[in-house]
Amino acid sequence: MIVFEKPKALTDVPLHYCPGCTHGIVHRLVAEVIDELGIEGKTIGVAPVGCSVMAYDYFACDMVEAAHGRAPAVATGIKRADPENHIVFTYQGDGDLASIGTAETVHAAARNENITIIFINNAIYGMTGGQMAPTSLPGQVTQTSPYGRDVKACGFPIRVCEMLATLDGPEYLERVAVNNVKNVKAAKKAIRKAFQNQVEGKGFSLVEVISSCPTNWGMTPQKALEWIDEKMIPHYPLGVYKDRSAAKED
Amino acid sequence: MAKLTIRTERCKGCGLCVNACPKKLLKLAGDKINAKGHHPAEITDMEQCIACAFCATMCPDCVITVER
Amino acid sequence: MAEKVLMKGNEAIAEAAIEAGCRHYFGYPITPQTEVAAYMSKRMPKIGGTFLQAESEIAAINMVYGVASTGKRVMTSSSSPGISLKAEGLSYLAGADLPALVVNVQRGGPGLGGIQPSQSDYFQATKGGGHGDYRMIVLAPASVQEMADLTMKGFDLADKYRMTAMILADGTMGQMMEPVEIKKPENQDFDKSWAVTGTKGQRAHNIVNSLFLSPEVLEKTNFERYERYAMIEENEAMAERYMMDDAEICVVAFGIAARVAKNAIVEARKSGIKVGLIRPITLWPFPKKELARAAESCHSFLSVELSMGQMIEDIRLAIDCKRPVALCNRAGGIIPSPEEVYAKIAELAKNGGCDK
Repeated sequence: MIVFEKPKALTDVPLHYCPGCTHGIVHRLVAEVIDELGIEGKTIGVAPVGCSVMAYDYFACDMVEAAHGRAPAVATGIKRADPENHIVFTYQGDGDLASIGTAETVHAAARNENITIIFINNAIYGMTGGQMAPTSLPGQVTQTSPYGRDVKACGFPIRVCEMLATLDGPEYLERVAVNNVKNVKAAKKAIRKAFQNQVEGKGFSLVEVISSCPTNWGMTPQKALEWIDEKMIPHYPLGVYKDRSAAKED
Repeated sequence: MAKLTIRTERCKGCGLCVNACPKKLLKLAGDKINAKGHHPAEITDMEQCIACAFCATMCPDCVITVER
Repeated sequence: MAEKVLMKGNEAIAEAAIEAGCRHYFGYPITPQTEVAAYMSKRMPKIGGTFLQAESEIAAINMVYGVASTGKRVMTSSSSPGISLKAEGLSYLAGADLPALVVNVQRGGPGLGGIQPSQSDYFQATKGGGHGDYRMIVLAPASVQEMADLTMKGFDLADKYRMTAMILADGTMGQMMEPVEIKKPENQDFDKSWAVTGTKGQRAHNIVNSLFLSPEVLEKTNFERYERYAMIEENEAMAERYMMDDAEICVVAFGIAARVAKNAIVEARKSGIKVGLIRPITLWPFPKKELARAAESCHSFLSVELSMGQMIEDIRLAIDCKRPVALCNRAGGIIPSPEEVYAKIAELAKNGGCDK
């Protein structure tokens, strides 16, 4: 009996990510959820610009590559083209979603656009070689904050879930992490809910996934997972920030 | 009886599975190197494997299949 | 034949788009094209379509990109500063070979410029605007009827060649009211097998994408795209000839400038000046053959433009600089008067053959 195997919603193309990069874990979780909900044939994914730009090669469903930050707008178009028959998700990093694409993110949330957003927060620009991200921690050393992020000069990191939770629009916002088995299981549950919400027509569902970037953090893959516990989660607390339907039931 | 299969040619040797295994049954093969230049993960004692799939859960590259 | 109704140019665009099967419109408010959005916001909900006021022009064009990816007809409209913001999306639409219709009801620039009519986005429309090697089909209506007809044609051309068609109008054309007949679209089948509609478990996944990291592959996509562009240049150029049969002076003007030029030409003919007009209806592809033919019989050309002189460069290229090309222009939102155009024509007639 198979206990664990690669989900069908992933193609067999080898992932280009660095060793130990947790993008691969999150890709797999999304694919597992697509398999479990039986929605691969109607799912259309939107890839961002950043490390996961080539996600279009990895997911077996139809895929669209969007301009940097514009994935929520592109997803809006795809969803509105056939709301009954399209399940649409975007997969975006922190630079894409919380910097250049802030407006698209906020307004898709405000409209309660019936799409699913998987948001990878690893506090750095990976693809371009480790620059400061909108989510880089105060004091974090990056290629463009070599003396540590100075909040006086370049401001504070953005907590996306907390920010979006102030809006009336979004249906569901949760922050998870993928740095240990327990957290990965919780992350999958959240991702599943974010897709299920769309299937049920509930609206905008975003899962922020605290992820690692061993290469640009300058750590071993294991040390990077520990750093998530030590530094990232204290700044970005895990949990549900909005769940409108659950709130109604209470 | 658990069976663990590792696609060693796809393994990047990140070691996340090694740390995830509650029975400490995995290691990176110091004496082997795959075409991509990585030391792939290998299981040291299949008999002891409890098929918990923690290793596969943490594997970013989907190289581990677990059967029972 | 359908009956004629009195409509504003902007409304004619919107109604023709709906008649052409467009059910998705995304826009952002900007003068002087707001009637398109207002019209769509009224009509779309009643016919099961989508009208969405986006958070920005950038978002609007990317929503267009999303719908276009699914193979459905989709449009946006804006005016000059808004088109600059859409330039990113226009480049991506080109790179991913997606069909879309984009309307630019031009106003004066650069910068925030003004809100009066202009043609100063000619370069932006015909030479790019966004990054990379690409073209858009650019259609220049000169009447409310053409606002409707070219919108419909624009959708067909966009689908046929998998690219953006742009209606390049101006504030006057947008606001002008004329009787118009919204014709029935021709029934055409376009291949949409590339569209993302969900695999339904019946085919490999489709990918809509403009990223090609291999230089060889990227070069190939560019060369293939330009083969298509060459076909368009060969087959789709359109122009109106007016009093050209015996003309010695060829006025070239599009849109509102062509209407002014016609008045001036009628007056000049009364004075015995042999002058005619070539009115490009497609600005890209530019009607080069028509102009080259005129260069055989005309001693001079006059470009009438609501800009500092942009199309004049294409005229010179089309005629290989064989004849002098003069410019009669106003900018900043001012339309040249028929008298101004007449004066230029008369000047050219007096100096006629100066290059001979």
